[in-house]
Amino acid sequence: MKYIEEFQDPALARRLLDDIHATVTRPWALMEVCGGQTHTIIRHGIDQLLPEQVELIHGPGCPVCVTPLEVIDKALEIASRPDVIFCSFGDMLRVPGTGRDLFQVRSEGGDVRVVYSPLDALRVAQENPQRQVVFFGIGFETTAPPNAMTVHQAKKLGIHNFSLLVSHVRVPPAIEAIMQSPSCRVQGFLAAGHVCSVMGVSEYPELAARHRVPIVVTGFEPLDILEGVRRAVRQLERGEHTVDNAYARAVRPEGNPAALAMLEDVFEVTDRAWRGIGVIPDSGWRLSARYRDFDAEHRFSVSGINTREPAECRSGEVLQGLLKPHECEAFGTLCTPRSPLGATMVSSEGACAAYYLYRRLELGTVPAAATTPQEASPVV
Amino acid sequence: MCLAVPGRVLDIGEKDGTRMATVDFGGVQKEVCLEYLPDLQVGEYAIVHVGFALQRLDEESARQTLALFEELGMLQEEFGDPWEQAAAQAGADSPWPFADGPFGGEATAPQHVQEEGRP
Amino acid sequence: MSDAGTTLDITGWTCPAPLRDRPRVVMGHGGGGALSAELVEHLFAPAFGGDVLAQLGDSAAVSLGGVRLAFSTDSYVVRPLFFPGGGIGDLAVNGTVNDLAMSGARAAYLSCGFILEEGIEMSVVARVAEAMGAAARTAGVEIATGDTKVVEAGHGDGVYINTAGIGIIPDGVDLRPQRVVPGDVVIVSGEIGLHGVAIMSVREGLEFGVDVESDCAALGGLVQSMLAVTPDLHVLRDPTRGGLAASLNEIAAASGTGVVIRERSVPVPAAVANACAILGLDPLYVANEGKLVAFVPREHAEAVMDAMRAHPLGRAATVIGEAVDAHPGLVVARTALGGTRVVDLPIGEQLPRIC
Repeated sequence: MKYIEEFQDPALARRLLDDIHATVTRPWALMEVCGGQTHTIIRHGIDQLLPEQVELIHGPGCPVCVTPLEVIDKALEIASRPDVIFCSFGDMLRVPGTGRDLFQVRSEGGDVRVVYSPLDALRVAQENPQRQVVFFGIGFETTAPPNAMTVHQAKKLGIHNFSLLVSHVRVPPAIEAIMQSPSCRVQGFLAAGHVCSVMGVSEYPELAARHRVPIVVTGFEPLDILEGVRRAVRQLERGEHTVDNAYARAVRPEGNPAALAMLEDVFEVTDRAWRGIGVIPDSGWRLSARYRDFDAEHRFSVSGINTREPAECRSGEVLQGLLKPHECEAFGTLCTPRSPLGATMVSSEGACAAYYLYRRLELGTVPAAATTPQEASPVV
Repeated sequence: MCLAVPGRVLDIGEKDGTRMATVDFGGVQKEVCLEYLPDLQVGEYAIVHVGFALQRLDEESARQTLALFEELGMLQEEFGDPWEQAAAQAGADSPWPFADGPFGGEATAPQHVQEEGRP
Repeated sequence: MSDAGTTLDITGWTCPAPLRDRPRVVMGHGGGGALSAELVEHLFAPAFGGDVLAQLGDSAAVSLGGVRLAFSTDSYVVRPLFFPGGGIGDLAVNGTVNDLAMSGARAAYLSCGFILEEGIEMSVVARVAEAMGAAARTAGVEIATGDTKVVEAGHGDGVYINTAGIGIIPDGVDLRPQRVVPGDVVIVSGEIGLHGVAIMSVREGLEFGVDVESDCAALGGLVQSMLAVTPDLHVLRDPTRGGLAASLNEIAAASGTGVVIRERSVPVPAAVANACAILGLDPLYVANEGKLVAFVPREHAEAVMDAMRAHPLGRAATVIGEAVDAHPGLVVARTALGGTRVVDLPIGEQLPRIC
């Protein structure tokens, strides 16, 4: 596919890697914010090819990982109702709430459906006027505009059996929270390119300046990731800390004005709990008063659900890069991708799930050939 | 957060008062909502996420980015690629198991797979 | 900790209780991944007992009156009943024929059990039956016995089919993962992911346009042509549910060797790769219905490849990797960039993701 294949080219990847190897003189810790970027890194084995000095800390940018337990429990409660068709992106079905997940709700008779787009859920509502159709509206700034448009359409078309269970989160407040943490080790950020496609980059210069960290807007193909790393390392080596757009083909400084206007109309900024972390001020969106009728939490009056989370899991430290996933006592024993203790293990983009695969590989003696760039060239 | 894929607009229409398009993703076609890119035209590429076109792809930017990557290698090429030299020195320690096998490296993959390859 | 206004403490991030044991069957138990394997290992196998079941292959090898038979059964539940490149009828014949072929046996006889839903059009049943007859003739197998039950409307998706089959395993053929040794060459018979993508393209809620047809086909002939080169193939699998990843993991786990594949060598058609890209799926985990993966002793690999490529169902046969001493039980992919990643056993169903 155009715009993908060219950005996976192994020969160009090697040039970028050579440049990074030639530039780096000291250890640097970078955080790729987005789970999609983590996925690319794992899928292509990119972190094994970077110089040892460059450490990638997998950030909290997976909507599955950060959706608060409380909201999952609300979803489970709503999805269990006989009058409800509960529609969700596929990722969310495996995420455990308190004691069960959406798969289990389905096995107990709940009508839970996987859809590709929120508009598919709206169509389900049109086709089933006698049932309540609820869409699980999770995600970052990239997914918020599609969900906003869907609610807008529901209102415009008078589809009153449709509602949204909203748990949207915003990236900049999360970066702020990470930087404010006293033990933070992150020295530079690869910002989430598709979030910036929508939002633009105006929120970042102030963050970069105040915390003195480079923020490089980064895409999702292997060459994009390498270029993000290269530009961040270059800035760090020079003692700079600016906002740089390494994903210019898909990110304009002003973002997408039509999407921003819709977000402004449909949502309003609110404090939002991130799973396991707690509440980050102003880090989320909820439906604005104009769309309150389409809020599933109101429609089904689900509230006051207590969250109790096991003490074994230390994903907060993992998130900070303070603890490698395998150093957690639960890792690989109590906590595996199949029975995840923590959010970082739930999604294939989560740091622990990613590490689970690697660590087992390292424990089984892998030939050193796999990890050094010198020997990588003949296979590309 | 962002499984978004570049696709090319094949045709544009309207459904329930909404601007919709058929978008091609390298042989895969999906219905996509164009409300956020109202001036996107047939033939143009956009980043698509959960059925919505979110941003137009800029061909010139992409070309410049790739040209930059090409230039990064110029220095190495002049002096020879250190990786290839190292690999040549490593000799028999070739990491790919078939280097000494009956099929020898890349020759085993059918040509069309090499060309079409990954998305 | 989730009270608004308290100090944010990221290091105190904790996690929810795990879901360890499922009190009810979930879809993943039929997905061909880890959940399916556990259901068989922890529930069925202990309940049934017996030595033959412990082989846990796609088909069982049994001796009866001095003859070695392959014996297999499979149930077919597919929605929609007809899809680009085939339907439940061809699938029900070819799937069981292929399970037998993976033991090296040429399928001789099949049984066929229908579970029909009250109200299904007779013309649909006829179309399924005709497809089964045609597939059986192509595969050179006879449907020798059968049964029909009808369930009330709303209790089935129109047509469910179970087929079982038997065939004779030729002398000198012993295909099982325990025979895999480091150095064995891993060959896949052609392009992967076609069946799964064809089905997904017409599945409710996911519909997309794509010029891909199911690869549904009977592999008996291809296997016979491979065995004609040498009876000493080590193991064959048809990578259906769970895809190539599941088959390679099963072999790695049962053989105690590691498996390395070179990702760029795995033949993935562009349309399959792109469909997977938009849904967030990995082609290695997508189902096939007319492909096999073979672990072949290195000295025979070239001749086996030649034989496969001479057969219509093996024209795009490709060496994708080898069995290794390192990381026993694990499947590792060398990526195009020169990195590595573990190709894990799928947990349950592969789901479209947004992240």
